[in-house]
Parts: sequence; structure tokens; C-alpha cells
Amino acid sequence: MTTTTLKANSRLERVLAGGHFALTVEVGPPRGANAEPVRKKAAILKGLADGYNVTDNQTAVVRMSSIAAAKLLLEAGCEPIMQMTCRDRNRIAMQSDLLGAAALGLRNCLCLSGDHQGQGASGKLKGHPGAKNVFDVDSIQLVAIVKRMRDEGLQEGGDALTEPVPFFIGAVWTPLSPPEDFRVLRLAKKIEAGADFIQTQAIYDVERFAAAFAKARDMGLAERAAILPGIIVPASAGMLKYMNKNVPGVEVPEALIKRMEQAKDPKAEGARIAVELIEAMRAIPGVKGVHLQAIEAEERLPEIIKAAGLSPRPEVD
Amino acid sequence: MIIGEWKPIPELVEMLRGHKKILLVGCATCVAECAAGGEREVETLAPLLRIALETDGNPIEIQTQTLERQCEWEFVEALDAQVPTVDAVLSIACGIGVQALAERFAETPVYPGLNTTALAMREEAGLWTSRCAACGDCVLGVTFGLCPVARCAKSLFNGPCGGTRKDGKCEVDENTDCIWCKIYERAKARGAIDALLQIRKAKNWGNSRHGGPKRILREDLRP
Repeated sequence: MTTTTLKANSRLERVLAGGHFALTVEVGPPRGANAEPVRKKAAILKGLADGYNVTDNQTAVVRMSSIAAAKLLLEAGCEPIMQMTCRDRNRIAMQSDLLGAAALGLRNCLCLSGDHQGQGASGKLKGHPGAKNVFDVDSIQLVAIVKRMRDEGLQEGGDALTEPVPFFIGAVWTPLSPPEDFRVLRLAKKIEAGADFIQTQAIYDVERFAAAFAKARDMGLAERAAILPGIIVPASAGMLKYMNKNVPGVEVPEALIKRMEQAKDPKAEGARIAVELIEAMRAIPGVKGVHLQAIEAEERLPEIIKAAGLSPRPEVD
Repeated sequence: MIIGEWKPIPELVEMLRGHKKILLVGCATCVAECAAGGEREVETLAPLLRIALETDGNPIEIQTQTLERQCEWEFVEALDAQVPTVDAVLSIACGIGVQALAERFAETPVYPGLNTTALAMREEAGLWTSRCAACGDCVLGVTFGLCPVARCAKSLFNGPCGGTRKDGKCEVDENTDCIWCKIYERAKARGAIDALLQIRKAKNWGNSRHGGPKRILREDLRP
């Protein structure tokens, strides 16, 4: 293995430290109290990825807590990446949850601002638009807080922890949202604050991403943190059109939408596109892995992962 | 200025049910500027309320007054003689004015006719937008004169979230600018992007409402 000192010793960290191309996937927690849906997804995806993102009430819709769902995944043999947003908790609650999550054995934490509560499920569900948001700290401040808890054993307020909190710290990058030339600078701030790995908003426009990534690489950011471009498996032309129009930072080239429209079997075509995107990302020098999602269609992932040559995962234990 | 909007008429009707004679009081300062609680709005709201209350089966007498400022005792005193002659007061000042009346006239119910919403300015005719959140720790000096606390939906301090629309608007509202886009533009125009690269640490919210009700005591001005 490697002689590098590991910060959290998560599988994702070991895979990256070993110089392997990393693969993370996403598991959305259920809108109920039953652990079975989480275990079912784990059974489908076990052994296929190096980290399993567990979203934190994404799109501001109440779901099983990311910590609880992450623990269920861990028990099922899938090492989770607990997502933590700044929308619902202040720094006291977040640090307390970080201690609890670490005590439960979680080792990866992805820090995000969080979807605004006014946008519950993009209008598909009621959500809680009347909720009070918190945003006591922002995502970059959260990264810095987690890093301080890990590296200095200190809380944000300065009090000492009885022991440091071992987290491999993640953050996100939306390279193609305006103002585009500031996005790479904001990425630099996240890495400066302490992000060890970066997952990006879904990429469909390879050329534009490659250009943004080249800037990050030129600034040395791709060496300081492992950047994993996001790939969302296309389910239909309609989904691509919707994302292109409505999801900030997602740019879908017209040709890709046409290709899905003309496909006889859109699901198979979507899988082929996902594989091509993985290969395209892999071909960009400095890209350390990919973050692959098939939203609420996790059963499609094994085939795509195999077709992309990403299975089996490297032995790093 | 402080801005506000009328509460929906049905809510006011509900509030005033049971009263026979009320005093509707406006304020000629902020809420007059935002066309919600000045003399004109008092005289517009009074007949609308009369009709609505009558339709509700509860006709009431509505007297009207507009004070220069509802948030200062010297102006509030002007109502000393009139308030005891009515059953209730409906104030369409901001929440400060409502509380001033409620304190001065503790025997009489005082109801709010406005929802006070923000510290704002008139951006153009008929459009008011938020400018300040009274956060108690002003950052305008490092954000090029644009407030991310009041004007970013998430009050972010280190740049825009991923939710900026293609046209530079906020994902929460297609008509609201992403203020971080504006901050960036201004920094760029000044050739001062470096100023935005510094990581802004977690903010101290303790000098605002979060630290408990705000109180400023100036010994030099005390009697």
C-alpha cells in the first residue's frame, strides 16, 4: 500500500492514496422509517464502489437522516459518504452530529450548503417552504470546522475535543454555473479550507468541463484534492431537457438530447452515454475518479460500472 | 427603510371581529415610503375594511389617523385623547410602531395590519428589495457594498452556491439576482478579485437577535 499518513482511513481515502481511479455512487435515503430500502440498495451496490453518498434531505424534502442511513449502509458493507448541509442545523448541532457520526464509524463527510427549503423537490412534493433555514455557517466554513475538529481536536468555538474526529472531508464543485470564472476560485477556497475530495455537479458537456478542469489543474488543485466529476445516468431525453433547463450548473449539449430522443431503447442508450462519460472523464489528466448516480434507479448501476471497466474495485484493505 | 405589506383583508376581518369602533393608524415614515402604511394607504384601507366587515355581518366604525412617526413617543402622544374612545386600534406601521401603540395604550387592544418584511430600498417605481438583515456584524466592506446576509437566500459568506441560474439569477426566485454574481462582477470591475479569495470564517451572530433582544446603551447620551 502507501506510506502516506491517512487522515481518516476510509476506503475512499485508501483507494485515492493508492493511486487508483475512485468510484463513488449515491444512495438517497427513503421517505420513511423502514431500513429495508437502504439495505436493498446496499445489496445491489455492495462491492461496486469505494464510497456511497448518503444525501441529507436533498431538495429540502424530509427523509431518513443521512447519519442513520449511512450507518445502515456501513452495517451492510458499503462505506458511506455522509452528506451534511448547512440548511437545517447550526454549528452546535452539526458538530454534535459529527461526533456522533464518527462514533458510529462513519469516516467520510461531504459538506454542502444545501438546497433552499423554498424549492421542495423542485415543486413535485409539498416540502416545507415555510421552514426556517439556518445557514449559521456556509459550506466552506463547515469544511474548515470539520478540518479543525480532525486536525486540531478543537471545536469551532475553541473548546478541546476529548479526541480528534477522523473524517475524510469532501466538498462539491459546480464548475459550469455562473459566474463561471469565479467557480474555480471558489473551488480553491474549499480546498484551502480543508477539502480532501471534491464531487462535481453532473457533467454532460465534456469539453466545457475539461476546460474548467484544466484551470483547476493549472492552479494545482487537482493534486491538492481528488476531483471526482459527477455523472448522472440519463433516463430519457425529457430528463436531460429538464436538467438542462432547470438544474443550475447542468449543461447538456443538444447532440446528447437528440441522441436520447432518437434512441430505440433510451435506457440502454442512457447506459451507453454514462459509460462514455466515465471514459471521457477518465481520459482527462488529473481526474481521480467519478461520482456516478442513477437517481432512484440504482439497479442500473452494476451493469454500467462493469461496462466501464470499473469492476472489481481495487483491494486496499 | 422598513418595508411591509398589508395583511390579507380576511385576516384583518377575523382579527377585528367583535369590535364596534376602531382607530386605524398609519405612519408617515418608512411604511409610507413603501406605500403600505402612510396616509394614502390608511384612507384606502379604511373603506375596503368597512365593506369587508359589513359583508362579514359585523359593521364597525373606523376612524383614521396618520402619525408622523409611530415609533417615537412624542408623535404617539397625539393619540392620547382619541384611543380611549375606541374599542381597538389597527396599526399599519411596522412592528415597532404597533408595539409603541400597544405600550402607550395598554388598556386597548392594538392589532397589526401589516406584515413587516425587511430593511429595504425602493429599487424602482413599485419595486422594493431587501438590503440589510441587521445582523450586527457588517461585512459590506469586504463584499463590495452588496450584502450577502440579506440578499443571498442562504446568507453565504464565501461565494455563490451551485444554484445560480444561467442568467445570473437566484435559484430561489427567477427575478432576484444572485448577489454573489453581483459581488463578483463588482470585484472584477475593480480589479480586486483577490479580496474574494480569502476564506471568511464562521460569523459571530451574537450582536443581532441571536444574542438576545438587542439593546444599545450610550452613557454619553443618558440624562
